[in-house]
Amino acid sequence: METKRNKISGAKVWSYIFLSPYALGFITFIALPVTVAIFFSFTDFNTINVPKFIGLKNYITLFTSDTIFMQYVVPNTVKFSLLAGPIGYALSFFLAWSLAQITKTPRTVLSLIIYSPSFAAGATMNVIFKVLFSGDSNGLINAYLLRFNLVSAPVQWLLSPNHLMNVMIMVTVWSSMGVGFLAMLAGVLGVDRELYEAAYIDGVKSRAQEILHVTAPSIKPQLLFGAVMAVVGTFSAGSIGVQLSGANPTPEYSGQMVLNHIEDYGLIRYEMGYAAAVSVVLMMAIWLVSKIIFKLLGEKKIPLKLKAELKK
Amino acid sequence: MNVANIKINPKKFHASQLKFYAFLIPLCVVMSLPVIYVLFSAFKPSDELFKFPPAIIPQNFTLENFQRLASTVKEASVPITRYVFNTVIVTLATVIISVLVSVFAGYSLSKGKSKIKTVLNEINTLSLMFVSVAVTLPRYVIIVRLGLYDSFLANVLPLIAVPVGLFLLKQFIDQIPDALIEAARIDGAGEVRIVVKIVFPLLTPPIATVALLSFQSAWGNVEASNLFIDDESKKTLAYFLNTLSSSNMGIAGTGIVSATAFISFVPNLIVFIILQSKVMDTMATSGIK
Repeated sequence: METKRNKISGAKVWSYIFLSPYALGFITFIALPVTVAIFFSFTDFNTINVPKFIGLKNYITLFTSDTIFMQYVVPNTVKFSLLAGPIGYALSFFLAWSLAQITKTPRTVLSLIIYSPSFAAGATMNVIFKVLFSGDSNGLINAYLLRFNLVSAPVQWLLSPNHLMNVMIMVTVWSSMGVGFLAMLAGVLGVDRELYEAAYIDGVKSRAQEILHVTAPSIKPQLLFGAVMAVVGTFSAGSIGVQLSGANPTPEYSGQMVLNHIEDYGLIRYEMGYAAAVSVVLMMAIWLVSKIIFKLLGEKKIPLKLKAELKK
Repeated sequence: MNVANIKINPKKFHASQLKFYAFLIPLCVVMSLPVIYVLFSAFKPSDELFKFPPAIIPQNFTLENFQRLASTVKEASVPITRYVFNTVIVTLATVIISVLVSVFAGYSLSKGKSKIKTVLNEINTLSLMFVSVAVTLPRYVIIVRLGLYDSFLANVLPLIAVPVGLFLLKQFIDQIPDALIEAARIDGAGEVRIVVKIVFPLLTPPIATVALLSFQSAWGNVEASNLFIDDESKKTLAYFLNTLSSSNMGIAGTGIVSATAFISFVPNLIVFIILQSKVMDTMATSGIK
C-alpha cells in the first residue's frame, strides 16, 4: 500500500514537472502579454515614464474621437475579414472535398500546390506580389494590361487607394489554404464509407445532399478546427496592407487595419497604453467572431471538451 | 447497395473524375504561377527579368543573381551567410525544443495525475484563437524586462509554446490506452522512461505536424529580428528578405530579391514534402469536438 501511494504521488509530481517548460513558455509569451496588454490599456504609457492609470480613457478616446479608427480602420478590417475569411474558408472546404474525389498520387501533388502559398506567406509573399503588382510598366500584370491595351497607363496596384484593399483580399485568399485545409482534406478522406452507403439507402440522391448529410456532419471536428484557423489566419494577415504598400499609414488609409493601427501608435508614436487598448479590442473581436462561428456550426459553448476518438 | 456510387477517395481513375480535374488543374496552375515565376526569376539574367512577354522558365540559366546577392551583402556589415546560419540555428532549436516541450506537456495533460489538467486543457484550446501579432508590444516589454533584448534566445523563446501543437499532440496521446501506461508503471518504468520509450514512438504523425508548424513559424519569423534584436549579426533571413523587398527594387534588385526568396522558400517546400503524409495522418483524427 505504502509503495503504491508513493508511486501515485510521484506520478503527480512528474505531471507538474512535465508541464512546466510548456507552461513557462505559455505564461511568458502568451498569457502574460495578454495580461500586460489589458493592464496597459487602462494607462497612459509612453514606454519611458511609469504607466499612469487613466481608467477607461483610452477606450473612450478610441470609440469617440479616433476618427481614423472609426472611419478607416474598423470598416477596412470588417470588409477584409468578411471577404477574405469566409471566401478562404469556403474555398478550403470545397477544394478539400474536390481533392478527395480523385486518386491518391494526383491528389498529393495538387494539394501540395494548393497548400504551398500558405507557407510562402510573409516575406516571400511580399516579394512575389511586389513583382506581380509593381506599379510601373515592368510589373507583370501591368505589362500584360498595357500590351493588350486594357489600360493606357500603368496601374498603381499597391499605392492607389482604389486597388490596395482588393489586392490584399486576393493575396490573403490565395494563401489561406493552410493547416485548416489539410485538416479538412484528411477529414473528408477519413469518413467511413459505410456511412455513405447507409445514406444512399436512406434516400440521399445527389452529391450536394451527400455533403450536407454525411460529409459535413462527419467532419465537424475538422470543420471547427479549420474555422478557428481561418479566423486566426485572417486576423493575423491584418498587417498585409502595410507590407504590400511599404508604408504605414497605407495610402489614404485604404488598407489600414487594426494591426497597423496598433503598430502606428505603439511603434511609431510610442503611445503604448493606447496601442494596448486597441490590442484588447482586437482580441475581444477575435474571441467574439470565433464564438459566433462555433454557434453557427452548432456548438454550444467555448471552451469545448476535447475528444480524441472521432469514430462513432 | 451499389458501392460504385461512393466516389470519395477512389482507388482507380474513372472518367467521372475528369470534371474535378477540369477545374483543379487550371486553379493549381493559377495558384502556383506567382511562386514559380519568382523562383525561376532567381535564375534569370537581368535582360530576361523584364522582357516582354515574360518567359517563366529562363532561357539562359544563370547564377549571377546569387553571386550578386552574396557580394551586395558583403559590402554591408553582415554577410548573407550569417543570416542563413542564424535562421538554420534558430529553426532547429525552435523545432526541437517546441516538440520536446509539447510532447511532455501533452503527456501530462492526457495521462498525468494533476487535478487542474482539465482546466489547463481548456485554457490551451481557448488559446488556439491567440493571435500573437496582437500583443507584439507587450511581448517586447516582457523581452526587455527579462533581459532577453538583443540576445539570440529572443529569436527562439517566444515560439516555444504552440497551442495548436499541444492541442494536436494531446489528442493523439489520449488514444494511447491507459492500460499500456499502467503496465509500464507496474513494471517499474519511470515517467520519463514511459514518455521516451512508449509515447514518443507512437506519436510520429503529430510530432511531424508540430515540427512542420514550428519550422514554418521559425523560418519565416520577422517579429524577433524587427523588434527584439538590435544586433544585425543575430537577425535572420526572413528579416533580411523583408528589408530587401521593402527597399526600392530596381531591375538588379528584383534579381537579388528573387534569389533571396528562392533561398527562403525552397527549404519550406522540401520539409513539407518530406512530412506531408504524416501530417495528413494527424489531421485525419484531429479536430475540435
